[in-house]
Amino acid sequence: MIKLNSKFSQKIPFFFLYAATILTIIPVITIIFVIIKNGLSAINWEFLTSMPRDGMRAGGIFPAILGTFFIILLTIIFVFPIGICAAIYLNEYAKNNLLTRVINLAIINLAGIPSVVYGLFGLGVFVIFFKLGVSVVSGALTLSIMELPVVITTTRSALNSVPYSFREASLSLGISRWLTIRHIVLPNAVPGILTGSILSIARISGETAPVLFTASALYVSYLPHSMFDQVMILPYHLYVISTQVPNVRKDMIYATAFVLLILVLGISCIAIVARIYFKRRKKW
Amino acid sequence: MYYFGKNMRKILYIIIESIIFFCGILSIIFVILIFGFLFKESFVFLKNYNIVKFLFGRFWYPTLETALFGILPFICGSVLVSVGACIIAVPIGIMTALFISEVASKNIRNILKSLIELMAAIPSIVIGFIGMATIVPIVKNVFSIPTGLTAFTGSLMLAFMAIPTIVTISEDAIHSVPWQYREGALALGATKWQMMKIVILKIAMPGIMGAIMLGIGRVVGETMAVIMITGNAAHIPTSIFDPVRTLTATIATEMGETVKGGIHYKSLFAIGFVLFIITFIVNFIADIFLKKNKNL
Repeated sequence: MIKLNSKFSQKIPFFFLYAATILTIIPVITIIFVIIKNGLSAINWEFLTSMPRDGMRAGGIFPAILGTFFIILLTIIFVFPIGICAAIYLNEYAKNNLLTRVINLAIINLAGIPSVVYGLFGLGVFVIFFKLGVSVVSGALTLSIMELPVVITTTRSALNSVPYSFREASLSLGISRWLTIRHIVLPNAVPGILTGSILSIARISGETAPVLFTASALYVSYLPHSMFDQVMILPYHLYVISTQVPNVRKDMIYATAFVLLILVLGISCIAIVARIYFKRRKKW
Repeated sequence: MYYFGKNMRKILYIIIESIIFFCGILSIIFVILIFGFLFKESFVFLKNYNIVKFLFGRFWYPTLETALFGILPFICGSVLVSVGACIIAVPIGIMTALFISEVASKNIRNILKSLIELMAAIPSIVIGFIGMATIVPIVKNVFSIPTGLTAFTGSLMLAFMAIPTIVTISEDAIHSVPWQYREGALALGATKWQMMKIVILKIAMPGIMGAIMLGIGRVVGETMAVIMITGNAAHIPTSIFDPVRTLTATIATEMGETVKGGIHYKSLFAIGFVLFIITFIVNFIADIFLKKNKNL
């Protein structure tokens, strides 16, 4: 038997590693390319700023864009203060005891619950029990609970990356726990918190299932003017015109997908660029 | 703040720290609320409708006069689509993670990691739409079957959604293998591939298993893409080229048509409860694996 040179024979598994990576990357690029190619031609100012007409077969997607922004904004207001405080508690105050372990288990569990189950919960609790109705606020509350574990986890790792010696230096000067966190830990953790937050905003803007029964409507003939209104949102609008409404022009569907994709990927790119920028500037 | 007296300031700090503590335990409150709520809504249903008939019933006719609520077809659908997605995503995901962590140069590594991050951010509805517009007709023609909306097509798209999770977390696990192990293996004369296969994969295995479990969790809970691609047929599939319907898809498609508080409405909460239990177990196992990895 010819013994293959082991240096040579490792070329084969390495080839498979290359192939797998390419298999992972190609679909991403294909999806982005297909959507840009088919959707770009239908994008114009009118499409972005006018109401849908003719049973959503013509006109624009303005109310859906506005509704999406409205929900994102409200979710940010709800989730970030709570998430950041929770992360401060877990990273700065919590001792290694049963309570902390239970909190960690709860966070893991929250992160794993399917989005449609959050939708059910939001429907039962916010829409029906608290009588908020199908509205922006119900949807934003539902999304907030869903994003909470993500915000906690990213903020926590940002806090955790601030060197422990910073805290010790401050505490040894007799400065209280809270003031140390407020003036030493938080300012140094801001870049990490910021990039993590931006990434979770990207996630919120693409979610459909949790807002399906809590905030979104098939079609609303007016623009939302209070947070107790039903709204149209981009992801659900894409679902509706691609599966529920017959004979919608293909390029209009692609254009809607294009706007949603640009919104989500654009926000993610901001986070990635910000992270690279902060990493270069980091002094420790 | 500094205008206050010393005592006032102390009280203020106590208030702030109490708020922080409250936010910390809020996660527990939410989990209990969600669990309790799903349980309460489905309890009435499960009391009136035999739980064995619910879990193993083969027919789902919620609107008939003598309504049947058997979710076995949906359980089969979810399992079939998830298993299919894992068969595709696990090998590709692990190999990509190995490539990013061990083979790629630093620049390529950063680019690939950013791309994977973007991949994870693509909304499921967009993936569903693209799948419907491109993959579904291809599957229909290649396998010459009456419809391209099958479990197989669903698996393909879900694999795409599980890959970012699997890659990111197993890459973390592989990357955290201490360098002494690598150098030890290389010093003993192992080639780079032998080192990866024998040493790194073995040590990073708990982390990789955790990554796979989290990937499964994501696939089982995925809703919108599945609705658009798998065909939504409420029957027990006989092959991977059958249209199927998953647990999540049933909730999302039928909730809009139910009478609030009616038996059909409650039955959908019971499905939600089943999903909650499944994902709880999957994530719990994932956490055990990932903890093992951390104790390296």
